[in-house]
Amino acid sequence: MATLTLDQVTVPLRTFELGLSLTVDSTVALVGPSGAGKSTVLNTIAGLVKPAAGRIRCNDETWFDAERRVFVPPEERRVGLVFQDYALFPHLTVRQNIEYARRHGADEYLDRFKIRHLERDRPGSLSGGERQRVALARALARDPKILLLDEPLAALDAHTKIDVRAELQQLLAGLEIPALLVTHDFEDAAALARQVGVMVDGELRQTGSPADLVAQPADPFVASFTGANLLHGRPDGSGPDTTGVRLDDGTVIRTSDTGDGPVTLAVYPWDITISTTSPDDSAMNVIGGVIAGITELGNRARVTIGPISAEITVDSLRRLGLQPGQYAYASFKATGTRIVASKGGTE
Amino acid sequence: MKRRIGFFLFVAVAVLTLAFLLLPIVGIFVHTSPGKLLGQLSNPVVKDAFIVSLKTSLFAQALILLFGTPTAFLLATRRFPGHSFAVTLVELPLVLPPAVAGVGLLAALGREGLLGSSLSALGVTLPFTQTAVTVAVAYVASPLYIRQAIASFEATDPHLTAASRTLGAGPVRTFFRVVLPLARGGLIAGLALSFARGLGEFGATIMFAGSLQGVTQTLPLAIYAEFDRSFDATLAMGGVLVLISAVLLFALRIGLSWQRSPSTRSQSLFGLSSSA
Repeated sequence: MATLTLDQVTVPLRTFELGLSLTVDSTVALVGPSGAGKSTVLNTIAGLVKPAAGRIRCNDETWFDAERRVFVPPEERRVGLVFQDYALFPHLTVRQNIEYARRHGADEYLDRFKIRHLERDRPGSLSGGERQRVALARALARDPKILLLDEPLAALDAHTKIDVRAELQQLLAGLEIPALLVTHDFEDAAALARQVGVMVDGELRQTGSPADLVAQPADPFVASFTGANLLHGRPDGSGPDTTGVRLDDGTVIRTSDTGDGPVTLAVYPWDITISTTSPDDSAMNVIGGVIAGITELGNRARVTIGPISAEITVDSLRRLGLQPGQYAYASFKATGTRIVASKGGTE
Repeated sequence: MKRRIGFFLFVAVAVLTLAFLLLPIVGIFVHTSPGKLLGQLSNPVVKDAFIVSLKTSLFAQALILLFGTPTAFLLATRRFPGHSFAVTLVELPLVLPPAVAGVGLLAALGREGLLGSSLSALGVTLPFTQTAVTVAVAYVASPLYIRQAIASFEATDPHLTAASRTLGAGPVRTFFRVVLPLARGGLIAGLALSFARGLGEFGATIMFAGSLQGVTQTLPLAIYAEFDRSFDATLAMGGVLVLISAVLLFALRIGLSWQRSPSTRSQSLFGLSSSA
């Protein structure tokens, strides 16, 4: 498999500077809030944006080198870029769109992406999922050395998204070239890529497997981005094996991590149990309060009590008959907490 | 009740406005029967003027298309120092009184003019030739095409040109296969407007090219010249111009509707679905 290397690539943006070193040799996801410069990374690799400094190499081909004044134009780079809005040519049919990238052999791609029945249609009449299949077929018909996906699931409604994500997962698993995708949704990134980089304000905060990012978030931002609850407080007495952290509202949380000064604790929603009576089990932390809100996401539900959001199954939600406004308890183990930042954090 | 009266007033004003716009056209065709119109077409003055108008208009529009399209594309896609000055310059002929444009052309390209001696050295004399008519028409009509072309190029989604580049097409292929087809409707509309304006050109032409039958006398100039002699010929030429204008107006409408909905556009001209 090919390898794409970005070496200290610098692109000045409106309010900050993008600075990035990255190696892509399998499927990698860049995840971060909108405006973090993720799309710029893709455009830079594709040659649509010229960096101010750094080097971009694909295998032994140099695509960009500021010092040696090398800049290979986009049409000679062989990248397959799938735009967020797909950027299908509206005046061409599906077949013509694919033939734009490859003069012969469009049929193979029409079959592979199951869009043969659409070959004479124009993009304007296709659904979101169909458009994405055409865009992927067109990008791969170019015979690219790397596949770049810009927010591949953002343009789809929630229902279509689940199907398309599964399709995309399958495609990426069978792909013989590296792929770099950007998304603002950590869950999508974790589902599609083995390697995830969290990007904020043009810089990579942390890279690792999705499990690594959840287990060992480098800073509060990464923790909150991976879905954790963040609790701010100060150490308040140590037990034999655990540290107490007094939150701003006075609640004391016990954690198996250690820290001093103002600290930020991360607790993942799926490590939290909800009950209607005060639990008596191994969980050392119990927060009682009124349920402020319940949000259902597919077969899971987020239940918010005080500073804590818990994720439980919709089945449990129904079984307990939870309603907003009702008094309930959120409990979690001391080992389910992580101190992600001392001294007030960096957020 | 009050609201009703207000609405009625608006309708009455609108009807009056539309009637006012239509009235002169009705006048021309009430005076000239189709038979008379066809009869006047064999009148040598009318025939000559028609040929001169057609020839100079076609040449002028070809020049506008050839020089205006790249200029408009550059102004639409690039930002450079002096950009807004360049855009203003493109619109200059639009606000310049045509007679002034004619005098200016004479002062620049005439025998005694700015470039006159250089042109004479090359053996070229412009004023009062058919080429002068073409130059005057191109000068006066060009802003209508270039302005519309700039707007059409600006409306082209930059993601599509970027996609074209990543799919292996260089800038030239991208221009001809993506930008031009998508801007086509707007370009046709602009050309129709510019054609209409050029066909009606009077002031600049008479100053720079004169009004010589069979050489520089276009339809509007002939209408003015024949006015005292033969009102029938005048009306016939008027009728011809109205018919051409109607065709151009139609082209303009179609062009603009294309430009507006390129993504849902079907192959058919009138928006009938091709898949049906």
